[in-house]
Amino acid sequence: MADILVFALHYEGAINKNSLGAVSEAARLAAEIGGEAHALVLGSKDELTDELCGSLGAHGATKVYRAQGPEGLAQPVVDAMAKVIADDGHGYALFGGGLLGFEIGAGLVARLDAGVTMEVTAVKARDGKLVAERPILQDSSISDVEYRSSVGVIIGRLNAFEITESGSGPAQVVDVDFELSEWSTRATMVQRGEQRGANVNIEDADILIAGGRGLGKAEGFEALEALAGSLGGAVAATRAVVDAGWYSYSAQIGQTGKTVAPKLYLAAGISGAIQHKVGMQSSENIVAINKDSNAPIFEFSDLGIVGDLNKIVPKLTEALKAKKGG
Amino acid sequence: MKICVLVKEVPDAAVEKRINPSTGRMDRSGEKNLNPFDTHAIEAAMQLKEGSELQVDEVVAVTMGPESALRALHKAVSLGADRSMHLSDDALEGSDVNGTGYALSQALAAEAPDLVLLGQQSDDGECYTIGAVVADHLKAPSLTQVIKIDVEDGKLRCERQAEYGYDTVLVELPAVISVGDAINEPRYPSLKAIMGAKKKPLAKVGAADVGIAPDRVGHENARAHCGAFHDPPAKSAGQIIEDEDTNETVEKIVAWLDERKLI
Repeated sequence: MADILVFALHYEGAINKNSLGAVSEAARLAAEIGGEAHALVLGSKDELTDELCGSLGAHGATKVYRAQGPEGLAQPVVDAMAKVIADDGHGYALFGGGLLGFEIGAGLVARLDAGVTMEVTAVKARDGKLVAERPILQDSSISDVEYRSSVGVIIGRLNAFEITESGSGPAQVVDVDFELSEWSTRATMVQRGEQRGANVNIEDADILIAGGRGLGKAEGFEALEALAGSLGGAVAATRAVVDAGWYSYSAQIGQTGKTVAPKLYLAAGISGAIQHKVGMQSSENIVAINKDSNAPIFEFSDLGIVGDLNKIVPKLTEALKAKKGG
Repeated sequence: MKICVLVKEVPDAAVEKRINPSTGRMDRSGEKNLNPFDTHAIEAAMQLKEGSELQVDEVVAVTMGPESALRALHKAVSLGADRSMHLSDDALEGSDVNGTGYALSQALAAEAPDLVLLGQQSDDGECYTIGAVVADHLKAPSLTQVIKIDVEDGKLRCERQAEYGYDTVLVELPAVISVGDAINEPRYPSLKAIMGAKKKPLAKVGAADVGIAPDRVGHENARAHCGAFHDPPAKSAGQIIEDEDTNETVEKIVAWLDERKLI
């Protein structure tokens, strides 16, 4: 019998979707191992209203720990979760996909001498304990990971856990009394959630043309915009090219960007790293153009074209325009 | 001040990786290379040393691993590190993230650096986590996946992408920072630097030398134990077209899209 503690991230009055998935998953697993699912939120009390915290009850959390501290940084959350786990004896700490989950989970590993599994895609109960499934070697194999520590840390991959509503009524909200470690106070948020580049909406598009480093330069996106125009779609980008300043942050797909599932996802010059894959693998039809025949994206694309996108994309645009015109 | 850069040798991306079925561990016998993300960490250290207000006296490359890991240190030194430390001990073999983070933090504590830099991830397994494990052991503030570092009044002004956009965080030293590949373009080592790498000081230390408790490291003491391996749900392989005649290729793509009513 063990309780599961989930970190629930929030921003501007809403709980993060991956956190909601993690709470839902914890509720399902807790029922199987005879424990309860609890959540911890951290921020200002003004924003963390009883209503917002209690709403996690709908996803199966029976108790929500409300901690007050600086938002958007991992180490204050490590302090709060370590205190709650020490006091109430949770057996597992569970995180939905996202950057903070990696950092907080890792901090708990050191603080609680815990075992950890990252990029977890599924969790199962076995003999009253949790076993985490982790894909390895570019997702070609899955490893079952068991814990030999009093606390097991499970860090989910983006979108690994489905959001469900299994709870009945609001969760009990408990204020946490904890102290920040001295080192947790030595990093301070200057600016959070800055948007860079034009605001584009890619989440509602049925057709997305996505570009990666293989485009070679920022101007490569012009050809993709023309192709998107001929199909009535929008343009998306990988993290690498967004960080390089080639395209707008709001069009970024993947680990720290958006998750999409359009009818058609055409990836041009994208190798298909896991961090990108998690944001688009649910697309109905995936077409990839890449000159490297060993690119991982060909392992999960429905149509793969091995070739030079600079030659193929303009001709494809022309052909589609001609077809529509005719 | 002193910067320590954590580096690691990883299987070369061009070599197929596999699990050794008899041990359940990654077969690390193939061609090895310095983790590409770590070259960005070394470059970040060099830029702080050469072009910032911080008075950086030395950059020390630190690795943990078997004898072959020396190559990663030589590469790190050829890229500019002044000396290196090789933590190597049979007792450390097979350590999990918990054990590796602990062991590295013990080695780092012996150096007492003002800043620890590392690559945010390695393609062979430990994604994103080692930096934050090390930081908590060292009781240092930490930030991972950083893509820009500026020095401001002796503190580091760091930028990164987080869940809701770009965050800017001011971090006081000493600190542990992991960096992404967008942070810089690593320099190429000169032939002279490559030739001279083996002559720079290298300290080899064992687990006991840096006070590592034997019951916290190694395969037997892993807190997370990898058990059975199984195949992921099968996904039928897609159709592949090798582009030889582009007009023909485009025709095939258009037909494929048309069949699925995507035009």
